[in-house]
Amino acid sequence: MSRALPRTSSARFASSIAFTVLALILSVGAYVIAGFGKRGQLPATFGLYATIFAAGYVGSLLVIRRFAPSADPALFPTAGVLVGLGFAMIFRLSGGLAAEQATWIAVGLVAFAATLMIVRDHHMLDAYTYSIGLLGLILLMLPMVPGIGQTINGARLWVQIGPLGFQPAELGKILVVIFLASYLNQKRELLQVATTRIGPFRLPPVKHLAPVLFAWAGSLAILFVQKDLGASLLYFGIFVVLLWVATGRAAYLVLGLVLFAIGAWLGWVLFDHVQLRVDVWLHALDPEKVFEQGYGQLAQSQFAMATGGLVGSGLGKGSPGLIPFAATDFIFAAIGEELGLLGTTAVLLLYVVLVGKGLRIALEVRDGFGRLLAVGLATMIAIQTFVIVGGVIRVIPLTGVTLPFMSYGGSSLVSNFILLALLVRVSSGPAPARGAI
Amino acid sequence: MERQIRRLGFGLLALFLILFAQINYIQVFAADRIANDPANALRLLRAEYEVDRGSILANDAATVLASSRKSFGDLKYQRRYPLGARYAHLTGFYSFIFGRSELEQTFNDYLAGNAAELLPQTLADLVLGRDKRGATIVTSLDPELQAAAEQAAAAEEGDVAVAVVEPSTGNVLALVAEPTYDPNPLASQDPEVVRSAWDELNADPEKPLVSRASDELFPPGSTFKIITASAALENGFGPDSTWPNPRELDLPLTDATIQNFGGSHCSGGAAQITLASAFQQSCNVTFGEIGLELGAERLAEQARAYGFTAEAGEDVIPFDIPWVSGVFPDAATFEQREPAVAISAIGQQDVATNVLHMALVAASIGNGGVMMEPNLVTEVRDPTGQVVAEFGPEVFGEPLSPQNAAALTQMMVSVVDGGTGTAAQIPGVSIAGKTGTAQHGEGAPPHAWFVSFAPAGAPEVAVAVVVLDGGSLGSEATGGQVAAPIARAVIEVALGV
Repeated sequence: MSRALPRTSSARFASSIAFTVLALILSVGAYVIAGFGKRGQLPATFGLYATIFAAGYVGSLLVIRRFAPSADPALFPTAGVLVGLGFAMIFRLSGGLAAEQATWIAVGLVAFAATLMIVRDHHMLDAYTYSIGLLGLILLMLPMVPGIGQTINGARLWVQIGPLGFQPAELGKILVVIFLASYLNQKRELLQVATTRIGPFRLPPVKHLAPVLFAWAGSLAILFVQKDLGASLLYFGIFVVLLWVATGRAAYLVLGLVLFAIGAWLGWVLFDHVQLRVDVWLHALDPEKVFEQGYGQLAQSQFAMATGGLVGSGLGKGSPGLIPFAATDFIFAAIGEELGLLGTTAVLLLYVVLVGKGLRIALEVRDGFGRLLAVGLATMIAIQTFVIVGGVIRVIPLTGVTLPFMSYGGSSLVSNFILLALLVRVSSGPAPARGAI
Repeated sequence: MERQIRRLGFGLLALFLILFAQINYIQVFAADRIANDPANALRLLRAEYEVDRGSILANDAATVLASSRKSFGDLKYQRRYPLGARYAHLTGFYSFIFGRSELEQTFNDYLAGNAAELLPQTLADLVLGRDKRGATIVTSLDPELQAAAEQAAAAEEGDVAVAVVEPSTGNVLALVAEPTYDPNPLASQDPEVVRSAWDELNADPEKPLVSRASDELFPPGSTFKIITASAALENGFGPDSTWPNPRELDLPLTDATIQNFGGSHCSGGAAQITLASAFQQSCNVTFGEIGLELGAERLAEQARAYGFTAEAGEDVIPFDIPWVSGVFPDAATFEQREPAVAISAIGQQDVATNVLHMALVAASIGNGGVMMEPNLVTEVRDPTGQVVAEFGPEVFGEPLSPQNAAALTQMMVSVVDGGTGTAAQIPGVSIAGKTGTAQHGEGAPPHAWFVSFAPAGAPEVAVAVVVLDGGSLGSEATGGQVAAPIARAVIEVALGV
């Protein structure tokens, strides 16, 4: 493997260059077209934003070349296209939001590079299982701290320190995935031991079931205290998937589904806002409700996508401004209106590629921790995408999570770039020593 | 672990397949239903105004009747009607509050760029990030004639309607109706302006939104004798066939009588009168007799051949904008009402029509008995100027044999040469015409009509004019005095004499 490295590496670098240039063309192209669609001219900000994208993407390419030469060449460019399309849509919605998003893209790319530089080998992370777990937990709980926690749009997710507002959970959930990968990798033999039989399923001793129940309780706590349906579902989903992959015991999957059903039922019974979400989901287009608070946003997203039809109105030519939260939760509907089914299909395919690459990396990497880490990160992208897109297009009740890499928002974007860096790291293996290439 | 990861891959793929299925459902299969939800009206409206809507042009393909230009308001494009009220009843209006009318409505698919023929162009615009562009509509309207007709109509008092049709094609060259309106305020992007213009137009007792040339019906008076004479010719009579010539006609079953205009006695009181001289002098008594002799059935049959329907709104003559064609009731309704047959034969009582329909009638006589369908839009051009659709002449029917058409033409020429229509004479041009002075309601001044085509031998235009409520002459008005000069003015411009 190491003998073949230089050759493989340069072949990968060539594809890497090609993919990155393509991602750059698509990103800047979409932004320019949005400018023309909106005002009929080249955006005044063209010089600035094109430079950020060009410098950022080429810079990332070089950082990958230097610190992760054997990484999958399509990973970064795939995410890059999603970031670019998201940015074009945000620019089309609001020049002000675009300026902020451009800043966050720059910060995110720096975070991407920094992560690759600092985490030279993903095994480094395996050494700090509990510290990372604790840090993740602290980040998740931070919004609960009186004085700095903020409730925005009904969920207590924000931390405000001075002028700086951020959602610590966005970074926290990556740490939680690292922790779970590390923890489950260490305990998986223990968890594999099956003694108890329930019907056709064999379960480990009751005391080893504790982690599952603990995670379930944690998810419910997030749901109850922070009223964050999306995050609750996300954590529990990732945990159950990782537990199943780590142990190979389908019983965990079944147990997880049962617990999920109980949790969902509890949420329904206990919370008005959960009941409202379900009612909105079922009745978004009812004529007597379509203008009501809460129903309107889902109705607008349906209208936007249906009006967009097969090919869409063209970037800058629809009315995505009519969709509430078009730049964040509903950015997929805005894409559907202006780029049509072709656009939404392309976007979903990019996520499929990203998730598929993640699982591919998990299959190729040799160590258990790396495997579980890649599975966890890929699953996170998949579940988060499914939860928000499924919510926007009325497959499931809407829960507010961001669309990875596309939605407006600094915490989410920077965290996604860190997540991407970790996948790149696992894919590449340890960084070569200085002067190795 | 590997097996689980592979299975996980399939599981997650299955989740994404659900998403793929749903976006196809929303954006393709149920797209029309969802997009046309009334609650989505605002988005559809804004989308509509994102389109560089096509222009409506006159027959020179240069004079602009309606066009769009970029606006800096809320909506991206602004509709303009450079000639204001002149073509309002034909182009219609394009309002973001009150919708569309006339050509703006009937050719909306082309103008808005939604027609299938425009798909390649639309896709090209989409890919290039250009605004979608609509197709250009070229009409048959002759700007010079429309202006001349408008001017001639304006010179006469009261409400005047004029229709000018090309006999060989049915192309409508001009269609003028007073009162009219300016469609520009209705196309404004300021809802206040739109609403106040709309309220004002609807509150106006004169109803300027309704075209007197094609949307309303009036008794045609003696111009209907063209149809009665056609029925006589088609049923074996000739220009020289004679009828008794009393001073007045006693109507069966009643005390009522039909009298000639002003109570005069036609042909100096001769005992017999020919069809030709009764037509030339517009003798009501004779045509009452002809009506009774032919009977309701034959009259109705002839009227049907000219496109008159039994009830208003049953139009059988297709046109590019909504219109109402003439009415002649079913023969059955005349049972036990014989006097009504005689009175309808002279264009009163149960008969009603408008200048557009009468211009088509005149055109069909000039065209050797072949009636053409009226045509307003001749071609559609895509944004690059390529013709994507053409609307050629279509035959509506043959209400008259060529011989009878020639005979009737001769009778109509004699009306202008030495009958009731001498005011339409133009030196050196043979004009075929028929006057009409239609009573409508006790004490109301009559509608004055003139229906004509010229040159009689090879007509280039058929012109029908109605001056409502007598115009400047009021109750003293006749079609020959008030309407014929307007027709003459239009024919002069049309023939360039």
